[in-house]
Amino acid sequence: MANTDLAETDLEFVTFSAGGQSFSIDIGQVREIRRWSPVTPLPHAPDEVLGVMNLRGSVIPIYDLAARFGLDRTPESPRNVVVIAMHGSQTVGLLVEAVSEILSVGRERIQETPDVRSDTARQTITGVITVDEGMTRVIDLAAVVQPRGKAAA
Amino acid sequence: MTPQSSIRDTFFEECEDLLEALAEGLAAMAGGARDTDTVNAVFRAVHSVKGGAGAFAMTDLVAFAHRFETVLDGVRSGTLDLTPEVMHTMQRSADHLADLVEAARNEDVLAADVSEAFLANLDQCLGAEPEALEMGDTPFDFAVIPLDFGDDPAPKEPAGHVIRFRPLQQLYANGHDPALLIAALHGLGPCEVALDLSALPDWEGPDALTPGLGWTLRLAGQESDTALQEIFEFVEGLCELDISPLEDAPAAVDPLPSVAAPPSPAPGPEAPSAAASAALKPDLAAGAESAEARGPKPTLRVDLDRVDRLINSVGELIINQAMIAQRLQDMALASDDDVSLHVEDYRLLARDIQEAVMAIRAQPVKPLFQRMSRILREAAEATGKSARLLTFGENTEVDKTVIERLADPLMHMIRNAVDHGLEGPDARRAAGKDGTGTIRLGAAHRSGSVIITIRDDGAGLNRPRILDIARRKGLVAPDADLADAEIDGLLFLPGFSTASSVSNLSGRGVGLDVVRNAVTALGGRISIASVPGQGTEFTISLPLTLAVMDGMVVSVAGQTMVVPITSILETIRPAPGDLHRVGTDDSLLSIRGRFIPTVDVARSLGFTDPSARADFPLLLLVEGENQSQCALVVDAVHDQRQVVIKGLDSNYGQVPGVSAATVLGDGQIALILDPDAIAAHRASPATSAAPRPPLFHADVHHGQH
Repeated sequence: MANTDLAETDLEFVTFSAGGQSFSIDIGQVREIRRWSPVTPLPHAPDEVLGVMNLRGSVIPIYDLAARFGLDRTPESPRNVVVIAMHGSQTVGLLVEAVSEILSVGRERIQETPDVRSDTARQTITGVITVDEGMTRVIDLAAVVQPRGKAAA
Repeated sequence: MTPQSSIRDTFFEECEDLLEALAEGLAAMAGGARDTDTVNAVFRAVHSVKGGAGAFAMTDLVAFAHRFETVLDGVRSGTLDLTPEVMHTMQRSADHLADLVEAARNEDVLAADVSEAFLANLDQCLGAEPEALEMGDTPFDFAVIPLDFGDDPAPKEPAGHVIRFRPLQQLYANGHDPALLIAALHGLGPCEVALDLSALPDWEGPDALTPGLGWTLRLAGQESDTALQEIFEFVEGLCELDISPLEDAPAAVDPLPSVAAPPSPAPGPEAPSAAASAALKPDLAAGAESAEARGPKPTLRVDLDRVDRLINSVGELIINQAMIAQRLQDMALASDDDVSLHVEDYRLLARDIQEAVMAIRAQPVKPLFQRMSRILREAAEATGKSARLLTFGENTEVDKTVIERLADPLMHMIRNAVDHGLEGPDARRAAGKDGTGTIRLGAAHRSGSVIITIRDDGAGLNRPRILDIARRKGLVAPDADLADAEIDGLLFLPGFSTASSVSNLSGRGVGLDVVRNAVTALGGRISIASVPGQGTEFTISLPLTLAVMDGMVVSVAGQTMVVPITSILETIRPAPGDLHRVGTDDSLLSIRGRFIPTVDVARSLGFTDPSARADFPLLLLVEGENQSQCALVVDAVHDQRQVVIKGLDSNYGQVPGVSAATVLGDGQIALILDPDAIAAHRASPATSAAPRPPLFHADVHHGQH
């Protein structure tokens, strides 16, 4: 699918679907993709934080990407996968329904996020890329994992 | 990293040791020690700092160290009396030297007038000794070179080294003295020195700045190359140096090929030929000799990251071992099965490795305590009080991180003790005490924890005033009737400060609450005891390590969690009549005639899952802050085990009521509860009034969309 002219290619994204929508993240931030395994819930955590998981001895928080964007929580399914991503020194997991493909695109193909109403979308999506069937939203990992005002301290 | 910067790092690492040795030596001298070893150790420390600083052209540091050294030399040679004033000046100078080193490390510049004041103080000490003062005016002494102008080739020795040494201009420019280096070689064994004038420049020539002297030294003895190289460590790159075993050395001294000198921006010193007409100063050689005396135990400097990686891996090993043991248990093998036995060995081995690795991180509290004596001096000076610090248990070893993170709270408490704890000299004498107050700082191991005590012999806490302040600040109800211990505990409340005027010293917007937070963050606790007229004692109890702890594994709302053993007083299975409801939600536990509030852990954490509620809950009696007790309600208690602590902060953030997490034998993560926070949660009902919807009840959540 990603039959972009290689000469113009300078960015690669991993795209995946969450809450029925397509999202993508810079491949440089993705460490690995894992099967879903039960997590330990955290008290007083925001809705999208499902809990923490053991990744070879590190405790990493798992975010439900769909819930983070205000969509329904991702229903439990054996097909769900966790995208392990690094943001600075922070390692986090993103629960998504499925990983679709790796997309190579030229920088100029990333469009600025159109002026949408939703705050969440504006703050956490850095741009959109048109793909064959529609578009994928490039997420800003830093904004996704940012604690949004300490809930119930 | 450039070689230069790594040498620089090494220098500062060594400075830490040297400054420590300096403080230690001065403390011994202040305590009355006058033996040459102690004085030499102090001199050597200052001298080595100066030498190293010279190599990096840290002029402020060199100048100050030199003056300091001059005073110490006076003390060493007996020309300067060690009066209390001189002693005080020297201790303050050591503090200032540490500041200068720190400034040089951060590439800061200290205000010149501060250094001037210290220099003036040092000069004052030297007042009685004018010639030493003269010396102090020339920054580097080139005049003394103990040379043995033996012309004869050395007789063949069975073992030894030939060292060809030719200083470049930069070496002199940086303040090094070949005489000291040669003297240091003398310290290693019998040494013959031959002056090599072969490269002496033509005096008519334009380049009088290029040093022309070289030396060929023959050192007998079995010294290792390393020992030799250590002597020349600070002049690496500043000279032509060739160290070879004696046997291989040619009998005649070859003229060394001229090597391009490094660029030399600074004008060089006078041609050292003047210096070569050497006057021999015997004690210089002695000083340099002892300068090479090394500590008794060989040690290894290791990057902390490497140690931490090792500790992390060992943590994994422990978890892995627990997992295997658990699988094996599930297989219900016979207990004498081979595999079971091997796994038991594995467990013991893993525990051994873990202990050994933890010991790497453990460090004595001595350097920390030594820093406190400086804080005490400064605090005493600022308040006009007279105080001494007595330390004990300095060799108690604690995790490095604990030591680092304890420095600030301890500093604050020492300041507090001087500022608020001790009375002024007059008041002390009026009370029949020694005019000089004593602050005792101690460390000890006690059943898996480290106990740090800070005790002053001051007036004790003024409880009526504390209560008065707390009432005025609205921290307690006006009509509250508090026990003494509860009043003392008020000191730890945020926003409480007993000093009626915010003094420059301890009133820096930091209260004891910050101290307590720092201690709690380390998994420790702090308590306070005070006797009016006799003093106040703070006791800090800390875990030995931050990496593992003993925990009680419990179930709460279907989740497995861990409660630190240290905070659990006892486990109680209440009889039906022991729990008394109060209002709709709260209940009290009656135990041995007392009523203790209970806290439902599940509800406190927001995990309200009534279906998982056990019919017969268990209670964990825990002691919270200020000695208040409360009972935590859990569903079941499983077992007690050592768990590896995994922080949540780095990847997620702080979670209220949870201090960290651990990995259980089945690979699942269990949260480690923070009983204090959970107990405190009870005290603020506002936050628990609206528990968040439980996480895993997706149906509730879905309904909203």
